[in-house]
Amino acid sequence: MRSRNLLTGVFLGAGSVVGTLLFRRRLARRRERVDIYRGDGSMVSLATPEEAEPLLRRARRILELAA
Amino acid sequence: MDAQAALGRLQDISSQLRSAVIFERGGKVLGSTLAEEERAEQVATEAAALLAEAESRRREEGSGEFAQLEVALRGGSVFVVSHGELLIAATTPPEPTVGLVFYDLKSCLRELEAAEPKRKPRAAERQKPAARKPAASEKKTDAKP
Repeated sequence: MRSRNLLTGVFLGAGSVVGTLLFRRRLARRRERVDIYRGDGSMVSLATPEEAEPLLRRARRILELAA
Repeated sequence: MDAQAALGRLQDISSQLRSAVIFERGGKVLGSTLAEEERAEQVATEAAALLAEAESRRREEGSGEFAQLEVALRGGSVFVVSHGELLIAATTPPEPTVGLVFYDLKSCLRELEAAEPKRKPRAAERQKPAARKPAASEKKTDAKP
């Protein structure tokens, strides 16, 4: 009986950790960002508001126009 | 193939695409999936400004030529891809398969350029490979007389 409770606890704990990780990953993917690629294949990602905001504003306008 | 035909083909192969506008660096719209021409011109203007901002940022960082960009927003993503003097701006729903969208957009511009070879490439893309030496000079000098 005791080992069964322990097993249930372990499964619940592991499930919570996996759920949290998936949720955080999904949130990170949903963050607004700008990815700029250049000819040689390198990429820079602008995610902080001060550097990305001017480009995000223009992109929002494009989405509005194209809707 | 003209820009409108290229866009039609793009819509056939790319299920993630919501809308797209093909334009030149000067801002001239060549084709669009949008119903209103005025809107297509506005999208091209905004995309050109977006491109200018991105290019200036890249210059600040001292790095090379712009190729493409993705702006991920909660309401969807905006893509701008350049190929020589041709540009395409496209919108997709949120969380698209980024690599696939870039590939489809680039292919669309390549097809269009191939159909219109008279369009001149940009200076950076105009570099020719080293000229091949004439056959006579490739002969080995250690050959016995």
